[in-house]
Amino acid sequence: MVADYAAAILSAGSTTLLVAVLSLLVATFLGLTAAFAKLSASAGLRAVAGIYTFVVRGIPDLVIMLLVFYSLPALLNQWIEMLGWDFRVEFSPTAAGIATLGVIFGAYMTETFKTALQNIPRGQIEAAIAYGLTRRRMFTHIILPQLVRLALPGFTNNWLVLAKGTALVSLIGLQDVMFRAKGAAEATAMPFTFYLIAAGFYLAVTLVSMLLLFLVAHRFDVGTRKVLS
Amino acid sequence: MNWDVIVENLPLYLEGAKLTLILAFASLCISFFLAISLAFLRNSENAALRYTVMAYTLVFRGTPLLVQLFLIYFGLAQFSLVRESVLWPWLSSPMVCVIAAFVLNTTAYSTEIFAGGLRHIPVGEIEAARAYGMSGLVQARRILIPAMLTRSLPLYGNEMIMMLHATSLASTVTLLEVTGVARNITLNYYIQFEPYVTAAAIYLVLTFALVSAFQLVQRRWAGYLESRIG
Repeated sequence: MVADYAAAILSAGSTTLLVAVLSLLVATFLGLTAAFAKLSASAGLRAVAGIYTFVVRGIPDLVIMLLVFYSLPALLNQWIEMLGWDFRVEFSPTAAGIATLGVIFGAYMTETFKTALQNIPRGQIEAAIAYGLTRRRMFTHIILPQLVRLALPGFTNNWLVLAKGTALVSLIGLQDVMFRAKGAAEATAMPFTFYLIAAGFYLAVTLVSMLLLFLVAHRFDVGTRKVLS
Repeated sequence: MNWDVIVENLPLYLEGAKLTLILAFASLCISFFLAISLAFLRNSENAALRYTVMAYTLVFRGTPLLVQLFLIYFGLAQFSLVRESVLWPWLSSPMVCVIAAFVLNTTAYSTEIFAGGLRHIPVGEIEAARAYGMSGLVQARRILIPAMLTRSLPLYGNEMIMMLHATSLASTVTLLEVTGVARNITLNYYIQFEPYVTAAAIYLVLTFALVSAFQLVQRRWAGYLESRIG
């Protein structure tokens, strides 16, 4: 019986990982966009990006999730009602979960990418302009390769926090590892066993991610000078 | 819009904010002292001690706080040994479980932050302390701990904000802090928008206050590090 429930919990691992990876994509996209906005010459763009990161990082993840899943559709439905239309908006837990985690970690990614961009030597950008590189080629040939290396430690960290943050989506009814663990715990009166299995899953994800990202970091560090040792 | 419901229930939110602050403050205070001790053990020459602390921080930083909280609050009841022990009235209270989970979690993060600060103290400062003939305890009290704390300030500030936000998870085990209050109002009045927006605003204000206070502290205690870099 324990084995059956354990299998059910671990098979939801694919849902957890899918939510995590899709959120990471959203977060990376938002983070890159907002990082460039923060460094742009336009005061308007800088202000929008600044408000985005300030607000998101000032509110707990759980509250943002409740806002996206409950408050936002409620607000939209009020507007729809006022306009006299005949339908109601409802978000699926999956979409709401991915959107929320994407928006939250997009704000953290913004800071990571911004610092990384600032650490690319200014002379290289000037050299690229002097060589007449188009903006697109400058991005793919000069900025991106270094951005990956410079942002990797922060990116790794954000991913590790994000992978654990997915546990929150169980609270809005998404059937992830945590949701199944809760189900098993309530059905069997063996809560410790099943939450421990869930904990083991998250720990395994953390350890595997750390190993993979260590290897990737090694690859992108090729060609940098080591000052020490 | 139903903002009058919020105005009516403002006293509840105030109570909630008080509980949020108590939870965050209690957890941070207890973990502060634990983390300082563990940071020394984390850098100890005794490999067994070092690896034990490392394993602890790895496990608690590698699993979600929500799982840790549920393991303690729901999980412990699985064992009759725990249920029949004299501690059970304590261990079945959500308040005690929440603070226990928060302390275990934030201590793991703070230990790594402080241990990192300890490793980055210039060797010269430690050698100078030894040359002055300070004993290990005096060294720790006068040189190592202050230098470690000032160096860890920016990261520790982040951890404090994380802890403030983490208190929202207490609402999942029935505690009525800000998020719990907001949830109750959505259930009692069938409104979904205003209660959570109010909760979010309260957290924003609390975060902003904490960040501002922290910048003052940073300038006062760690200002000497900044002038060196700039």
